[in-house]
Amino acid sequence: MSPDEKQHTSEPTHVDGEWVNPGLPYHRPRRSDTDPKAANKAERQTAALFGLSILGTIAAVVAYFVLDDSQEIASIRTMNIALGIGIGFAMLGIGLGAIHWARTLMRDHEMVEERHELRSSEEGRAGAIQNLKDGAEDSGLTTSRRTLLKGSLVTAVLLAPLAVLVPQIANMGGDWKVSNLRHTMWAKGVRLARDPDGTPIKAADVTLGSVFHVIPEGLNELEHHKIEEKAKAVVLLIRLDPRDLKIQPGREDWSFDGIVAYSKICTHVGCPVALYEQQTHHLLCPCHQSTFDVADGCKVVFGPAKRPLPQLPITVDDEGYIVAKSDFLEPVGPSYWDRLKGGDATEAPAETEGSH
Amino acid sequence: MGTKINKAASGTANWVDERTSVGSFVKFLARKLFPDHWSFMLGEIALYSFIVLLLTGIFLTAFFVPSMTLVTYEGEFATMHGVEMSEAFASTLRTSFEVPGGLLVRQMHHWAALLFTAAIVTHMARVFFTGAFRKPREINWLVGFTLMILSLAAGFTGYSLPDDVLSGNGLRIIDGVVKGIPIIGTYISYWLFGGEFPGEVLIPRMFTAHILLVPGLILGLIAVHLFLVFLQKHTQYPGGGRSHRNVVGLPLFPVYTAKAGGFFFVVFGIIAIVAGLFTINPVWNYGPYDPSPVSAGTQPDWYILFVDGALRLMPGWLGGVPSEWELWGFTWSWNILVPAVIIPGLFFTFLALYPWFEAWATGDRGERHVLDRPRNVPVRTGLGVALILFYVVLVIEGSNDIIANLFHLSLNDITLFNRIGIFALPILGFVITRRICLGLQRKDRELVLHGHETGRIVRYEHGEYIEVHEPLTDQEVWLRVQHDDIAPIEIEPEFNDRGVRRKGYKWDRFKKRLSHFYYEQRVKPVTPAEYEEAKHAHH
Repeated sequence: MSPDEKQHTSEPTHVDGEWVNPGLPYHRPRRSDTDPKAANKAERQTAALFGLSILGTIAAVVAYFVLDDSQEIASIRTMNIALGIGIGFAMLGIGLGAIHWARTLMRDHEMVEERHELRSSEEGRAGAIQNLKDGAEDSGLTTSRRTLLKGSLVTAVLLAPLAVLVPQIANMGGDWKVSNLRHTMWAKGVRLARDPDGTPIKAADVTLGSVFHVIPEGLNELEHHKIEEKAKAVVLLIRLDPRDLKIQPGREDWSFDGIVAYSKICTHVGCPVALYEQQTHHLLCPCHQSTFDVADGCKVVFGPAKRPLPQLPITVDDEGYIVAKSDFLEPVGPSYWDRLKGGDATEAPAETEGSH
Repeated sequence: MGTKINKAASGTANWVDERTSVGSFVKFLARKLFPDHWSFMLGEIALYSFIVLLLTGIFLTAFFVPSMTLVTYEGEFATMHGVEMSEAFASTLRTSFEVPGGLLVRQMHHWAALLFTAAIVTHMARVFFTGAFRKPREINWLVGFTLMILSLAAGFTGYSLPDDVLSGNGLRIIDGVVKGIPIIGTYISYWLFGGEFPGEVLIPRMFTAHILLVPGLILGLIAVHLFLVFLQKHTQYPGGGRSHRNVVGLPLFPVYTAKAGGFFFVVFGIIAIVAGLFTINPVWNYGPYDPSPVSAGTQPDWYILFVDGALRLMPGWLGGVPSEWELWGFTWSWNILVPAVIIPGLFFTFLALYPWFEAWATGDRGERHVLDRPRNVPVRTGLGVALILFYVVLVIEGSNDIIANLFHLSLNDITLFNRIGIFALPILGFVITRRICLGLQRKDRELVLHGHETGRIVRYEHGEYIEVHEPLTDQEVWLRVQHDDIAPIEIEPEFNDRGVRRKGYKWDRFKKRLSHFYYEQRVKPVTPAEYEEAKHAHH
């Protein structure tokens, strides 16, 4: 017991109205500190834990070679469990052994170390300032007439990254054709086909209340940019009772006998709006739960989206297949800064869709 | 034999030292003291899970193909036969099903990533609630904060690499969020994806970020983080013998070499066992990315839930007023900007700058090496709880569909509740926590002044019953009286005696108001005079 440690029953002390730090609490020796038998036992326990690690390693290596490595689900599962537990014990044994050793046999009597203020000494600081001054003197920068030197250096250093960054950044955006965002594969006469197999859909196949996940015919045959096109062009085809359907003004001929087609890409941040509730005619986006009313122009009834889903104008061709009458008349998917700018894309004037 | 080894060791040590002067470094390091407390292990868990991430990550790079080129699956997993998928997804399946042990390493990598982020956040909470960020550790708080942000980046880029339908939808959400940024959003989206979403370059780019850029930064910052811990020495909890001017603890060699080194193996072992027994991210059930399908009840990894929750929480229409504006021919997507950019931005900025807010309020310039008991700084503890509740509401909203399903609640009701809760719960949490802290401080005073209740009832001769109280020991008293009693700062008046307005008054007034907010309501620790008075009253 060192002098700074008092018995744990001492009374608190104070001097001049200030409490006095009582010093380190009394250190109670462990059994292994006083009893050699206990220490030997702790050593054996530690060794046993290290032994467990060795067994774990052997188990993992043996499992790797012995277990059936045919690629059946069941054998993959067995391999996964056996290896995981083997590696686990290989590591845990070492870890628990080392910790047990530290807790029973290594010093547990706390020591005290003084801290030093982090601030440099006054001489150190003065020396640093002097060195910087000397350096500045040597560089010639302290002469006030050297503003040209300083100015040109700063300008050059600030501009130089552009030489590297401009090509780097400019290359990363591909063709930068943001106007592509307003085109999709849909055009006059393109048949609506089933996702994913691509077979066209006849109006007669669309029974009341049914939903079709739709892609444009020909998408699957695309050589390039198939996924990019699909990401914009996916559509939901739904047949409602025509009496339930509120036809939106200006869209009287966009549907066919209660069959409507809407973009499947959420106007919030672009998830596929894939959950249809037949009873309420609501479409729900599973990502952020924007809810659209199919019977009422897919207007937003709940959730974070603001704009209705864009409607694809459809009709039926001579053979009874459902076809698009044109591309979407507005960009599909999430809003972006210049979404309302017509650009070269849409033939029809960009309708200020959406709100009321 | 033993002497031979010793000779070889000392020879090697001499050889190295003559070339590096490593001797003085070892002298500085070997017996450095570290205080002991379970809460100091949280940061260690983060460090060790990062090492596990590096080890398992090296294994995975040997088999993963970072390519978005479409291939038709011909591998061993029967249900995916003939399905068109990216090479990234196909190689993920191959690693899982055709490389013996590959599935285990994938699962270890994913579990370690979840543990890594969780340990960082809990470690950060520990540092916050105990005031370990105070001078001189503000820089290290910022380093740690940056590590937390980088861990999110590491997690998200890694989560997205397999190119499954879940992570692909996550990327599509990122694309939607980026497009919502005014003026340059569309171009940032093109820059990230190399053109239109999803393009063919994103996975190779994220792969580079995930295996080189982000871990490189993390590694560098971990070095800075630990260097500062060694330089500034570790903080310690209050107790007898401990002060702002010393460290009380056990030496790095051998005690912490064994304890901390051993703990690495424990963390490693637990991750391996968990990965062996519990499936994580079974991408083979989700299928490859396809922009069309999506299933209900899907969740991102836990550390991204808060952003998803914020996006769900924000209404697109509020009482007939849209949160997406069409103004001057441009689209202002507040329904995206507020939850996904502005709120996280404010949240993280507040967190990063917090040490300075508190320093302004406290007006304290000294080095602080003894940690606070959270009850002794009620406003900080209250703010911490408020921040956590704010975060938790977002996480709950991010899982509202799961909760609705599990408890048969209405999805819309949960969202409506959370829209109010996001404002109300943090305020309520702050007020209640502060009251609890003040109550605990009063309890401390009570204990110091009157001692422990012993449950022993004594009857005096004249019939009076009293309960005997046992006085506290010096150690027990010290714990409850050692903290500073910080009073709100007072400032000089706005005008001097000649009626001239002084400079910097407004800044001072701000600090004064902040200080009053922090320290207006406080319970003073028992003074020796009060203690003596109480002692005499008992006799």
